[in-house]
Amino acid sequence: MAALTLFPPEERLAGGERATFDCYLVTAMALFVLMMVLGLTMRMSQATWVNVDPVLFYKLLSMHGAGMVGTASLATTAVMWFFLRKCVGLHLWAFVGNYVLFMLGALCIIASIFLGGYGALWTFLYPLPILGFGLWSPHAAALFMLGYLLIGVGSLLFYFDAAAAIIKVHGNLGRALGLQWLFGGNIDPGHPKTVVASTMVIIANSLGILAGAVVLVMSLISIFYPQITLDALLAKNLIYWFGHMYINATIYMGVIAVYELLPRYSGKPYPISRPFLWSWAASTLFVIIVFPHHLMIDFAQPRWLTITGQVVSWGAGFPVFVVTMYGALANIYRSGIRWTMPARLMVLSLFGWAAGILPAILDGTIRNNLVLHNTQWVPGHFHFYLLLGVVAMVLALMFHVIGSRAEAAPNSGSDRVGFGLYVIGGLVFVFAFLDAGHLSVARRMATHLPAWTSTDKVGSLGAALVVLGMLYFAFRITGGLLRSPPPRAVSHAGPAGAAG
Amino acid sequence: MHLQDVIWSITLAGIGLIALAFILVIAQSGKRADDEAGARAARTARRMQAWLFGALLVVFAAGSYATLRPFPIFPQHRAIDVPQVVDVVARMWSWQIEPATIRAGSAVEFRVTSGDVNHGFAIYAPDGRIVAQTQAMPGYTNKLVYDFTAPGTYTIQCLEFCGIGHAPMTGQIEVVAPGGE
Repeated sequence: MAALTLFPPEERLAGGERATFDCYLVTAMALFVLMMVLGLTMRMSQATWVNVDPVLFYKLLSMHGAGMVGTASLATTAVMWFFLRKCVGLHLWAFVGNYVLFMLGALCIIASIFLGGYGALWTFLYPLPILGFGLWSPHAAALFMLGYLLIGVGSLLFYFDAAAAIIKVHGNLGRALGLQWLFGGNIDPGHPKTVVASTMVIIANSLGILAGAVVLVMSLISIFYPQITLDALLAKNLIYWFGHMYINATIYMGVIAVYELLPRYSGKPYPISRPFLWSWAASTLFVIIVFPHHLMIDFAQPRWLTITGQVVSWGAGFPVFVVTMYGALANIYRSGIRWTMPARLMVLSLFGWAAGILPAILDGTIRNNLVLHNTQWVPGHFHFYLLLGVVAMVLALMFHVIGSRAEAAPNSGSDRVGFGLYVIGGLVFVFAFLDAGHLSVARRMATHLPAWTSTDKVGSLGAALVVLGMLYFAFRITGGLLRSPPPRAVSHAGPAGAAG
Repeated sequence: MHLQDVIWSITLAGIGLIALAFILVIAQSGKRADDEAGARAARTARRMQAWLFGALLVVFAAGSYATLRPFPIFPQHRAIDVPQVVDVVARMWSWQIEPATIRAGSAVEFRVTSGDVNHGFAIYAPDGRIVAQTQAMPGYTNKLVYDFTAPGTYTIQCLEFCGIGHAPMTGQIEVVAPGGE
């Protein structure tokens, strides 16, 4: 059965495709390590183990936030492209274009922060970016926003090319999502899960990016024409609509690797089902309308929006627990799975996602948000499902790819040590954040009260282990990509063979 | 017991259960089941999935009802009948709080706004835990109602990043015993 072949020939890359894909992976690994080092530096500064000037601290925080979100998107875009290209006919120029625009955008952001002094964080909450108070000029803020626009245009370029390719094969996005099978009918067993997940991401994240583009352009107009002011609440809604969707899309792109690879390593089919289609249809809606949970303590917000934020936050747990986590556990149960690095990382990623969503749901409850909002509970839950979820999904594909080039799934002793460092460090790191949140330690502060530093110290130790593990992974994966022998002949399953 | 402690306990128990499920499955994953056992396990798995869905549905319905009724945020667009009112204006990087002394035992309405950027108005109890918060947003006034039960010095801490002076942006309110000055 082709789906259970560990390294199917149609996945082999050559020429421009391989060069571009490798650029994505190497860039993502380098940026992940650099951004983690910034994170470690900030945690150590809060722990009073190193002295970072507050002006520099908020620059690092701005860089870490924008850099991590962008890098997660870059890396998971590579995951989506790697599998979706087997199902539909994607254009390489769109994939290359996204990379080039990402790099140009990243340069703008880096220049705005480290040359222009921008320090209003990745959320650019209006009107703070416009009021630099001598620390940054309006032009630095404009350059930061231009960087976001370039990255957003790159994402849209990739999504629109993918949307066109999906529509060409499946007729429309609804059929690609499998909506025609929600209430009955025989589900085509060959309908790719990758197409379902990719379609969801295209729909949801395109809307989010457009919302982001609107508020970025509005903010740019306000920067150059200060007499034009924005409604702060409207701007905040648009920012979180964009921000929430953009970072959540990384989970839904990353999980494609699990759907594709888990059955190959477990040796058990992981078929498409009606609950699966329901869960993705529901997630498409949920991820678009859940953003008001970021504005629960903005009491001026209409009540129905605040309630939507809570109800949808809770509802979002169903697809994760009942379908994705449960389905994956059922798949590996008594499967004789090969516990190599990709398998380990996939199971870790599912645990990270499922466990991380619980504190997220609790924070997305209005009553709880009144005491948890903007405490370290928030970075606690999102680091849980990003660090131990999304990054692990990406690493699973990376290890699978270097395994495919070496024709053996990676599983060396040093790999296992690196994995152990990453998992233990990650758990210590995220639980230190959650514990701090439960003790009301504020997030996003350059200096902490003496009573707050004990969790900072524990968190710093965890972060140091994560950095060590990730540094090992970066060398291992980069080496695996560079050293691998040239691939054999390439053959791709084109659109004709996609829908089955 | 603080609300945060309840949330922390639920989190630890929930993550513990999820971890337990993973550990149990991983422990059973190494040996491949034969076809008959595999089919039996698949049937059991489908039944358990239905039970999981049902259990989560009950938690969803009961939890939503319990946490949304009464609605935790007071109505913003009509007058609130409370005996004490405090006007709060946030500016980079200080708090203007009038009056800064209030009485315990009766509800207080904080009318919170900002003169420049977004700030976070968080009330820390003397023991260092947050008891309530709202946002201070330019162009809007958020009404936060809280009933202090214990006298003491409460700290106001900005919880929305507002620039270089964010961390030191603190204030104080004195809560005195009922009938006290």
